[in-house]
Amino acid sequence: MALRELSSLEKCLGLKKPNKYSTQGERKVPVLQNNNGPAVVGLVTIASSLVRDAKKTELLGNTAEQRAVVQQWLEYRVTRLDSCTKDEVKVILKELNHYLEDKVYLAGNSFTLADVLMYYGIHYIIMELAVQEKEKYLNVTRWFDHIQHYPGVRHHLPPVVVLRNRVYPSGQH
Amino acid sequence: MSGVGVQLHQRVEVGKPAELSSPCFTDRNNQTRQTEQSVPIPERRGESERGGEREAGQMKLFVSEGNPHCVKALAALELSGLKCDVQLVNHEERVVPFLNRPVIPVLLLPSGQHLFSANAICQLLLEMAGKSTDESKQLLEWEATELQPALLQALHKQALQGKSSEAAAVLKGPLGWLDQYLSKRTTSFLTEEILADIVLGAALYPVLSDPAFEVGDLPSLQAWFNHVRELPACQSAAQKVLKGKGLEALKGFLQKQPVPHLQRRDSPPSASEMEESEPVMTQEEIEAAAQACRKGLPQCSATPQKKHPILPEEGKRNVLLTSALPYVNNVPHLGNIIGCVLSADVFARYGRLRGWNLLYVCGTDEYGTATENKAREEGLTPQEICDKYHAVHCAIYKWFQISFDYFGRTTTERQTEISQNIFWRLHERGFLLEDTVEQLHCENCQRFLADRFVEGVCPHCRYPEARGDQCDKCGRLINAVELKEPQCKVCQQTPVVRSSKHLFLDLPKLESELEQWLDKSTSSGDWTNNAKNITRSWLRDGLKPRCITRDLKWGTPVPHPDYSDKVFYVWFDAPIGYLSITANYTSEWEKWWKNPQQVELYNFMAKDNVPFHSVVFPCSLLGAQDNYTLVNNLVATEYLNYEDTKFSKSRGVGVFGDMAKDTGIPSDVWRFYLLYLRPEGQDSAFSWADMALKNNSELLNNLGNFINRAGMFVSKFFEGRVPEMVLQDEDKRLIAQVCWELKQYIQLLDKVRIRDALKCILNISRHGNQYIQVNEPWKKIKGGDDDRQRAGTVTGVSVNVACLLSAMLEPYMPTVSQTIRDQLQAPAHCSSATLGTDGGFLCTLSAGHPIGTVSPLFQKLESEQIEALKKRFGGQQPEDETPAGEVPSSMVNSAQPKPPAAVEPTVNASVSAADPERAKQLAAAVAEQGDKVRALKSQKAEKSVITAEVTKLLELKKELAVAEGKNPEPSPQKGKKK
Repeated sequence: MALRELSSLEKCLGLKKPNKYSTQGERKVPVLQNNNGPAVVGLVTIASSLVRDAKKTELLGNTAEQRAVVQQWLEYRVTRLDSCTKDEVKVILKELNHYLEDKVYLAGNSFTLADVLMYYGIHYIIMELAVQEKEKYLNVTRWFDHIQHYPGVRHHLPPVVVLRNRVYPSGQH
Repeated sequence: MSGVGVQLHQRVEVGKPAELSSPCFTDRNNQTRQTEQSVPIPERRGESERGGEREAGQMKLFVSEGNPHCVKALAALELSGLKCDVQLVNHEERVVPFLNRPVIPVLLLPSGQHLFSANAICQLLLEMAGKSTDESKQLLEWEATELQPALLQALHKQALQGKSSEAAAVLKGPLGWLDQYLSKRTTSFLTEEILADIVLGAALYPVLSDPAFEVGDLPSLQAWFNHVRELPACQSAAQKVLKGKGLEALKGFLQKQPVPHLQRRDSPPSASEMEESEPVMTQEEIEAAAQACRKGLPQCSATPQKKHPILPEEGKRNVLLTSALPYVNNVPHLGNIIGCVLSADVFARYGRLRGWNLLYVCGTDEYGTATENKAREEGLTPQEICDKYHAVHCAIYKWFQISFDYFGRTTTERQTEISQNIFWRLHERGFLLEDTVEQLHCENCQRFLADRFVEGVCPHCRYPEARGDQCDKCGRLINAVELKEPQCKVCQQTPVVRSSKHLFLDLPKLESELEQWLDKSTSSGDWTNNAKNITRSWLRDGLKPRCITRDLKWGTPVPHPDYSDKVFYVWFDAPIGYLSITANYTSEWEKWWKNPQQVELYNFMAKDNVPFHSVVFPCSLLGAQDNYTLVNNLVATEYLNYEDTKFSKSRGVGVFGDMAKDTGIPSDVWRFYLLYLRPEGQDSAFSWADMALKNNSELLNNLGNFINRAGMFVSKFFEGRVPEMVLQDEDKRLIAQVCWELKQYIQLLDKVRIRDALKCILNISRHGNQYIQVNEPWKKIKGGDDDRQRAGTVTGVSVNVACLLSAMLEPYMPTVSQTIRDQLQAPAHCSSATLGTDGGFLCTLSAGHPIGTVSPLFQKLESEQIEALKKRFGGQQPEDETPAGEVPSSMVNSAQPKPPAAVEPTVNASVSAADPERAKQLAAAVAEQGDKVRALKSQKAEKSVITAEVTKLLELKKELAVAEGKNPEPSPQKGKKK
């Protein structure tokens, strides 16, 4: 899973030469062997280093503040989202929905690595949502649709159909 | 505690120190405003303070005591040399508005953004101070993903449960890894940067600085930690947060954290893991699914008819199923029905389809004080009461289509025989004790008041209507003499305490054997979490001898000559009812009940029954030493509430079994809705509006719509014969999705996750609807040959999916399931073929198969109908009821399309006369708000949040009353009319 994600990220970043990854441990943590140095371990760490390789560091944030916000949502992805139980899914959707109420991207107004990894990580959840639930988590759905149509992001994942007109009248969100 | 705040405040607004130092703030907005006002102050005070400090914009750091993450943040702040407001809050403070759980520490940035990750806070502070942080990132990720889960679990075990060896075991892996990592370093720090040392050092501080933790011999780790803890920033941060109290300081924090889940690798994959499996299909999976589906129905004869009596058979999976015996003296309510008989029925039907050799028995529990009481109330003999209500129960379960193989009762010869046999065996083996008991005796009625003949105030929770044996409020068992202010239920006199001789089951003597068996049963079988927890808490408190005799007439007589005037306490002999009921079904009952090698026993019940099935009854059977079959799988539900209040016969609140029929809503729809909200894992609430919504959105628009369309296309476009199917990628993808859902369904139901499995059915029809929508067979049928073939394939695949759905629906909605098969003229054995061992999604209806007449399966529940029902079953609500409990009957309006923007609660409160249009809008708003409150309550949201929403609701209601031309103040007489 994480490995497919990383190879999609490479394509998304326009890196020509694909890296070879392996995994370690029960949680299948991705590992990137480096010729000139110690191995890079962990999804966020590898992804960040790919971003630096591609010389697109703006994806990690332009200011110290933004970098911290990006870091925080990357951490959220690999801690909260990746280990969540079924009941937790709803909590996460609720939190993100609330957070994204007044934001275009996770770090505010610019597209960052946090959006890409969160999109990869949450895809299977959004896939499963019923139309009614997608409406309930309207802000998440909007953000998700935006990211899946962001040039070059989607790659290994099937598109999720998002209805533009609302079907369910109760509309509580 | 109050001195702490001041100490933590590096900058306190002059004149307001006392307020700011209080650790528990109720009005956070107020606090924020104060901070904003305090912004200009640093210019005036800056020079006089430490000269070199830089200003960190207008940031504010929120920390709490005893939270190791705050050590990180405070240490980083000190190291950075930045100045920043620090505010102490308590653990429950929700500083970040968008997070569901309170999370501390939080750094409020000048932009108004909240940073809620301690690691990100540290990164920012150090980066702002010009320190590099990139090199630390990998260790920070390791800390967050690997170390923290283990750490939280270890701290939990050590600080809250005192299990130090288990705590050490949990930490062994991560600490060992860190020690090795450090041993390869040439310096005494983790990286060249300070960030990693601060984060990991602070995280590990409580563990490594406390000698109670047995971390083992890790020299490099110890050396590193000694360096880190010497850093002044680390020292002072730890002192501020942990106060030198070590682990003790963490307790408050830990209790607020979600219990870390224990990952047991040796256990079979838990359901959550199964659900996390990848739903995205590979090409191979899609092909394989399509291939499997090309298989037609195996040429087997019709399903073998059930032959009674059903007995265990060699080489088969022999499943014995019981649901808790309902008390005969009352009509069961919906909560009782979903809790036991209906849940067990779904599993029984499923098991039969899977080809298990299964026997489902149940019956009415007829002995005991409750029956005697009821008999007195109705002026009948206990036997007459039992006969009357046994018939009522039978009729209700028949209407709900509960497929008992046998539904018996406990007042039979066999019951006396078997109970007395178990009694003598226990007696012979020395598992019974004799003791004199202090008992309440009513002088007026001339008798001992057992169990339910007495009521009083619960000694544990002060509930005023606790019964003599158990408190309905807190669920704890009570000895009648412990009741405060006891009252005889018959004559209302205060009883006196007298002594009487009784027999006790010596549970302590059986405890070790019980624990051994429990270990085995709970680890190999499916026990719901609540069942395990309740049982564990019983054992933790230590078992005490339990009285098995009672001074009553209506019961199984105690055969011992010294106790000839006594009967068995119902909880000794009621579970024996399972055995005697089976004995009344077949004389070969021992093949089920004395055959643990061949038989797998499932007990279904609500959670209040757990201790009797997991502790007391197994002890009787173990002590009898007669090779009894003990429970392997104990399935307990939580409670079902009624519109946010309890079902109450006396108040007339709720729907009772006999009334469900009179609603005109089909039995299958009742079953569907009750199973949809089955209280699995947590309490749930029955709501009329929600029932209408689920019926209309899930049954009518989703499931019914799909099945009906599939059938209609066959009749309309293909003269009622299933068309030829030429599968393309799109079809195969649907088939793969359907197969995946089917697999989930089976995995979930095998684990008795009844509610979750129902969702799989609805997912399939959702996929199906989408598939039809995208492929538009109704348009393609008018096109050229290729298009017509496409239309045929889509129709053929859809109708086969409909047939599959009929099989999956059978446990939940047996009548609807049969109706679908009738309409499609599907072979009778297609359900068992689909769900059997070698089953799967089969092409049950091959090309050319003629189908019957297709007609709609479900009807819309109209809002007027639901409104009327809600009124009818609402009962007399007392005036002081919580507002959510009495949302006006117009709430179902929310099921009708209505733009939410049209209702703005703040506008126009000055309408003096009745305004029907406005009233309609407001009614919808009230309904919506009512749903919101209910949702919040069911999610156990913060009390303050709920209160705020309830206030909104009350305001809306007031406005509604005005718009309807009523007096907005609740009329005082209304609730008292009875």
